[in-house]
Amino acid sequence: MSKLLIGKLSDIDIRGSRTVRVKETDLALFRLEDGSVLAIENRCPHKGGLLSEGMVCGTVVHCPLHDWKVDLQSGLVKEPDDGCVMTFDTEIDPEDGAIYITL
Amino acid sequence: MTDSKKLVLIGNGMAGVRAIEHLLKLAPDAYEITIFGAEPHPNYNRIMLSTVLAGSTELKDIIINDWNWYKENSITLHTNQTIKKIDTQRKVVISDSGMEVSYDEVIIATGSKAFMLPIPGADKEGVIAFRDIQDCEKMFSAAKTYKKAAVIGAGLLGLEAARGLLNLGMEVTVIHKHPYIMERQLDEAASLMLRKELEAQGMKFLLSKHSASITGRGRVKELQFTDGSHLATDLIVMAVGIRPNVDLAKSSGIDYNNGILVDDFMNTNIPHVSALGECVEHRGVAYGLVAPLYEQGAVLAKRLAGVETAGYAGSVTSTKLKVSGVDVFSAGRFVETEGSRAMRIQDDVAGTYKKLVIRNGKLVGAVLFGDTADGASLFASIKSGDSIEGREKELLLGISSDLLGKSGGGASRLENMPDDEIVCGCNGVTKGAIGDAVLNKGCHTFGELKACTKASASCGGCKADVEGLLHFYAGDKVGESAKEGICGCTSLGRDEIVEQIQSMRLMTVKEVMHVLDWNNKEGCSKCRPSLNYYLGMLFPEEYVDEKESRFTNERYHANIQKDGTYSVVPRIYGGVTTPADLIKIASVAEKFNVPLVKFTGGQRLDLFGVKKEDLPKMWEELEMASGHAYGKTLRTVKTCVGNTFCRFGTQDAMAMGIKLEKAFERLNAPAKFKLAVSGCPRNCAEATIKDLGVVAIDGAWEIHVGGNAGVKVRACDLLTTVKTEEEVMEWTSAYLQYYRETGQWNERTAHWIDRVGLDTVKKALEKQEDRLALMERVQKALSVTTDPWKEIVDNDELRKNFEPISGPLPV
Repeated sequence: MSKLLIGKLSDIDIRGSRTVRVKETDLALFRLEDGSVLAIENRCPHKGGLLSEGMVCGTVVHCPLHDWKVDLQSGLVKEPDDGCVMTFDTEIDPEDGAIYITL
Repeated sequence: MTDSKKLVLIGNGMAGVRAIEHLLKLAPDAYEITIFGAEPHPNYNRIMLSTVLAGSTELKDIIINDWNWYKENSITLHTNQTIKKIDTQRKVVISDSGMEVSYDEVIIATGSKAFMLPIPGADKEGVIAFRDIQDCEKMFSAAKTYKKAAVIGAGLLGLEAARGLLNLGMEVTVIHKHPYIMERQLDEAASLMLRKELEAQGMKFLLSKHSASITGRGRVKELQFTDGSHLATDLIVMAVGIRPNVDLAKSSGIDYNNGILVDDFMNTNIPHVSALGECVEHRGVAYGLVAPLYEQGAVLAKRLAGVETAGYAGSVTSTKLKVSGVDVFSAGRFVETEGSRAMRIQDDVAGTYKKLVIRNGKLVGAVLFGDTADGASLFASIKSGDSIEGREKELLLGISSDLLGKSGGGASRLENMPDDEIVCGCNGVTKGAIGDAVLNKGCHTFGELKACTKASASCGGCKADVEGLLHFYAGDKVGESAKEGICGCTSLGRDEIVEQIQSMRLMTVKEVMHVLDWNNKEGCSKCRPSLNYYLGMLFPEEYVDEKESRFTNERYHANIQKDGTYSVVPRIYGGVTTPADLIKIASVAEKFNVPLVKFTGGQRLDLFGVKKEDLPKMWEELEMASGHAYGKTLRTVKTCVGNTFCRFGTQDAMAMGIKLEKAFERLNAPAKFKLAVSGCPRNCAEATIKDLGVVAIDGAWEIHVGGNAGVKVRACDLLTTVKTEEEVMEWTSAYLQYYRETGQWNERTAHWIDRVGLDTVKKALEKQEDRLALMERVQKALSVTTDPWKEIVDNDELRKNFEPISGPLPV
């Protein structure tokens, strides 16, 4: 387990996303309306669409390629499709807004 | 800001804060804003109080603007402070704790007070109203110690209070002075149905009873009636009506009658003192519903922002209510009088009732019970005052005459179709898969079938076949589809939504979903972009486009491809370019190692395989306008060479194409639209399969509309033939704007024109005054557009989203 400093809260727009590459994995980080930041593997299990480019509705991101819906908290694909993506624990320092991720 | 004026809002409720929200959008820095609220909470949705009492939500769920909102907008909020007086000479407001705040403008939005019956004993402990969070809390605590509750008044509020008290485990009796309940909203038949339902839920009723006095030592013990009878009770909730709160007007020398008197611009008789909401009386009417208050707020906000506005002219209201899980709706004059006729259907098994009142061939009133899905459309019909002759049955039964007369044509084709034939080409769904879903997975409605198989879930081109197969496999078992709204998040259709946005002047996507009670409060990738479009279409100058409610392509202003790279299409007006532009495009393509350069179907160059982080750099170097190859907007104006070189050309097609493209580029629309101009009837630009095509003939221009060569191939219909270029612009403007105002989001003109009918479009554009009015509106929408590429290139905050984040660093 290692903890990494990814950036700060202001780097990501609300209901927006940014990407980061950690070793071999592309991650997508989403900042939700409630101020939390969730991180998942940036690859839709369907055809590899970049989830970071999708529309965020609540805690769900819609894949930009074929509208698959992936839950950002659990990593599970919503019905009628199925599949899952990796999720990563995030932490935000309430003092300076730094975003940490644990791999 | 030193030059901003001081604005004080008295009352932290829905009407006042709503006006402030509106004002912040129009003139964010014009005022230094202070808000006073008598309650200890931030702004909450009072309409939802009954759900708090019913236990299904908590206070935090009904907060409209939380503490942060005030902070973010630099608003000073004083809670727990009641303003006692406005000193209009010194221009200060004075609170009950002695605080003084000066103002340049002050708004009174103190709402209304519950009316308490002036009967002996009304001041005893245990006698309350149902008006705010504190009243809810009193009911919660009473329910812990006491058993019996009485509610006086069987209007909506009373019944909601009664339902909440039942939930809290109390025995509840509702007392009403009329012989039937909710008499102001319902006719007798619907009222009886409601009472039966409520009695089944455990509510008791005492009707035609007048309260005389309340007895008990300290706390209430008994309620006495004028007929000598009485009722033992531990808690009395008075819900007999509300009165505008005019205390402040009284103490400050402001004119009032029932409510504070205001003109059409929400001015009181004192300069710089405005008022709005439930505390005011406008043209003799005090409103207690949210829609009129929002309309007043919009007018006031515009006036304070210095934006020109028409005055508030009063509102026609309807009531859509949910009483204890039962939907009821009423609007207009729903009680029959001489000269009016009524139609009704009552189904005591399903518990539904519908009544329409018709006068002179027009719908003037309606009552719905149990199923209120048609409420909004009936209300629209009442307001429009259009004749409904010949459609009465259709309105009553809620079934279109098309559907009533639908034949089973095409059934044998579907029957003979092999099982492995693909029905839905987008998602690769076969006939067999649809059969399996219907027969083995219990999908008996179109919606279920779509959700289960994804058939017809993308472009929708196969909808008729999918529906046909559903009927083929399910036969009589085809279920009644739940009324399908614009998406699964709401049962409201496009017209209902647009109508409500307009009448309540809802200003953000979130607000629409909140006020119109979306069942999925976050929305989805279907409704969010459509609401974003409708809001921008309705309020082009005020609405702030919500980029996070747009698809990837429109958010990043490039087309996302299957491998996650993007493609870049610069605008080439009318398909006419220059050697210099070609060199520029070629050198940018080389510099950024673009793997594929292709001519598009619309006479432009498409640079494929561009990395997202390279997009802004490429746009910067191209120095060309975005071709909007990704948007629901004008794509291309295809042209032939016209009379410039062609020996057959009768007019200058290229110049006309360029003129049209420059006029309408960047215009948001329900769906993408394409134009073309041909210089002669040989029609080399294929103008008659475009959303709008112009074909030059000798001495005139033909305007063709509603064509499509995509999902649904459809040849254009001839709209009109005109003589001059100005007329081409006028008709094109009017046609595009009419489509923008009436099209459903994602509906191409070909589908739209089939739905609304060519004759309707022709009629709407027939008169020049109508065309000019439409043209003015489209100009307004165009006047606020900017080139998105340039905007991103020049703005680091927007540009950052194209780059990966700079981390990661080990900790």
